[in-house]
Amino acid sequence: MHRFANPARFLRLATILLPWAVGVTVISLVAGLAYALVLSPADYQQGETVRIMYIHVPAAWMGMFAYTMMAIASAVALIWKHPLADLAGKASAPVGAAFTLICLVTGSLWGKPMWGTWWVWDARLTSMLILLFLYLGYMALQSAFDDPRRGQKAASVLALVGFVNVPIIKFSVDWWNTLHQPASVVKMGGPAIDASMLVPLLLMALAFKGYYVVVLLIRIRTEIAEAKIRTLRMAELHG
Amino acid sequence: MGRSLWTVIRRDLRLALRQGSDSLMVVTFFVLCVVLFPFGVGPESGVLERISAGILWVTALLACMLSLDRLFQQEYEDGSLDLLTLSPVPLPVLVLGKVVAHWLTTGLPILLAAPVLAVLLHMNGDGFAVLVAAMALGTPTLSLIGAVGAALVLGARRGGVLLSLLVLPLYIPVLVFGVSAVDAAVMDFGFRAQLLILGAMLLGALALCPWAAAAALRQAVD
Repeated sequence: MHRFANPARFLRLATILLPWAVGVTVISLVAGLAYALVLSPADYQQGETVRIMYIHVPAAWMGMFAYTMMAIASAVALIWKHPLADLAGKASAPVGAAFTLICLVTGSLWGKPMWGTWWVWDARLTSMLILLFLYLGYMALQSAFDDPRRGQKAASVLALVGFVNVPIIKFSVDWWNTLHQPASVVKMGGPAIDASMLVPLLLMALAFKGYYVVVLLIRIRTEIAEAKIRTLRMAELHG
Repeated sequence: MGRSLWTVIRRDLRLALRQGSDSLMVVTFFVLCVVLFPFGVGPESGVLERISAGILWVTALLACMLSLDRLFQQEYEDGSLDLLTLSPVPLPVLVLGKVVAHWLTTGLPILLAAPVLAVLLHMNGDGFAVLVAAMALGTPTLSLIGAVGAALVLGARRGGVLLSLLVLPLYIPVLVFGVSAVDAAVMDFGFRAQLLILGAMLLGALALCPWAAAAALRQAVD
């Protein structure tokens, strides 16, 4: 792991990875959108509104995935003082928050025609909302200190504490009786969803994940460049 | 280790007593906030009775949150926090001591005031015992989670507002089960499950929060 603590090595790796990640994202996004919006059948109960799922579900997965990555990066940063892990955590937060917000908004739009209400206070929705607040708290804490390193460390501790919420989101539909439907893709005995809908769903999930990787790489690269500029300015001042 | 724990608790309690008004202020805030609601929603006993558990819990959360800056702020400013982190006693133990003292000076007074306010809000008599039990299990959890938040924002700009952003989302589960226990008791349903979950959250927080808060304190004094 410490091989990648070297920013120069990371930058070389990022330069190689980035075009591939962009390619995967674009191809799977185009294919996924075409499949999801045109080729896949409408649901026999929900009609065309089922197509919201192809945005809503991958966004929800990514909201939790990005938080998990952030928590892992925070743990690595706190334990091994790994400089790039700090940057990875910092870069993950806004992306994850955006995905969580997309998930909540699309879910609300989907809930109106299906459940007859924009919002219900059930366990799945509430825990997802808490996830959004955790992201916001993480970002606010990060920028609240004059010393950015102190902010980053405090935010890392918060990310680890807040990780308690992720399994709660995942299992909330099993533990409580909720209006939100239980898991239907990742479960024992295989997915309970037809291949004609599962394929576009997974394509969209791949596209979202690819997008996350692209943004993460770009953001980390920017952070490294910013650190370089800061160092150069300091050197000039004291020069 | 037990003795250091006891020493920290006694020190904080003595400070709270000598400085006097802190604990009283928290309860006053709690009472005042609750008293605002009959003006806000109207004094019909039906409405107040229905939302009394929610009012008491939400106000208890806010009162507890407002008192959190007392936990470490003073030690951080006068430098005694450095000494605490340097001591040979494990830092989580000292944190636990401070949390216990915080609970004794805020959670316990709130707990004692709650049944009296429940009378003012026309809460059904069946709910009283459960309200006290739920608060006895819930308020220590609030102090424990709050300790993590208070340690994280030490030295931050606008720490108070930030603290609410960090701590309130984590308080939601306690609020949900605290209110639902009281509501269940009032409506004659079983409330055992909610109390057990509150107890489970207390044990979980007891196991995790002192360590998280200690880690945050170490970052603060670095």
